[in-house]
Amino acid sequence: MVEFSLPKNSKIGRGRTFKAPAGAKRVKEFKVYRWNPDDGQNPVLDSYELDLDAMGPMVLDALIHIKNDVDQTLTFRRSCREGICGSCAMNIDGTNTLACLKPIEEVKKAVSIYPLPHMPVVKDLVPDLTQAYAQLRSVEPWLKTDSAPPPDGERRQSIEERAVLDGMWECILCFCCTTACPSYWWNGDRYLGPATLLAAYRWIADSRDEFTGERLDALEDPLKLYGCRTIMNCTQTCPKGLNPAEAIGKIKQLQLQRKG
Amino acid sequence: MSEKSAEAVADRVRVMRSQLGRARGLGASKSGVEHWWVERVTAIALVPLTIWFIVSVLTLLHSDQPEVRQWAGRPVNTVLLLATVIMTFHHMQLGLQVVIDDYVKKSHLAVTLLNKGAALLLGLFSIVAILKMAF
Repeated sequence: MVEFSLPKNSKIGRGRTFKAPAGAKRVKEFKVYRWNPDDGQNPVLDSYELDLDAMGPMVLDALIHIKNDVDQTLTFRRSCREGICGSCAMNIDGTNTLACLKPIEEVKKAVSIYPLPHMPVVKDLVPDLTQAYAQLRSVEPWLKTDSAPPPDGERRQSIEERAVLDGMWECILCFCCTTACPSYWWNGDRYLGPATLLAAYRWIADSRDEFTGERLDALEDPLKLYGCRTIMNCTQTCPKGLNPAEAIGKIKQLQLQRKG
Repeated sequence: MSEKSAEAVADRVRVMRSQLGRARGLGASKSGVEHWWVERVTAIALVPLTIWFIVSVLTLLHSDQPEVRQWAGRPVNTVLLLATVIMTFHHMQLGLQVVIDDYVKKSHLAVTLLNKGAALLLGLFSIVAILKMAF
């Protein structure tokens, strides 16, 4: 049966508290999930009281401030700090989002920060996404054709054909949606999850691709595709404002359409 | 390294199959659209059927048994009653199967058989009851 409580070694305890520096005027508390694979201890929530005047406006700025000035042991992924690389995807204030796009002032009380839910944790805020990456690889998210490209240029698309891809090419594969999906939590080993299915539909819908049928064949499965129960957490949580649930619905409609 | 995390490492290397191999798994079963579509068709069909059934039962309030049997014996009512029952139990087992797929990991096959068997028997029971009233 499904597990309703965390396994013993995942129960979260209370961690250390880092007091705000003396003279700080605008103090805000950040509760951050900490887990070290090497010490054999359960995860804990460390509490950091930070001076908002000492850092930038986003949650990622707070994390960088902690790592630079308060506690160097904190581990997290970040790169572009402008919402295009997807590295700093984490669960902030109960919602999966990108730390670099989440203004601190949007969180009224203490800012709680956890890694993406229901994935193995590598350390602190770093989740292990290898399964999700392999699932993305399994839908072969690249152009597949039999006809040769024109010798004198690129494969062309009309303006209308190109417009179909809007709302899909913008996905940065941060996996906020996939890790927000209860269906993926329960059957992540077989259900592909919203991010991968959005990527799959991006190529199904691409006018230049010639393997639409094979792509639909590869998804026609009670769990790979229909594991989606239209819970819609994916669309609600997407930090880029995309709609994976709609893409999944369109794949289901195409499966029906080709049945005749 | 403590004993606990040493165990965890031993746990982790028990599966050395590649991530891509695991993601591809047994491949797509080439089924699923029927389940998804029939679940929706029966849901749509049940909207008018259920409303009709509730209204009918309310109008039959305080009727005695012969009156109810006479009502159920009218061909339109017999057909609609049978349609309601068949759609309801079919829709029920399709929906429950989704719940079972989501939540039941151990003895999945046994619970699936229980779901399908119970729906079939309860459905047949209702059909026989309707036919006995009608004929």
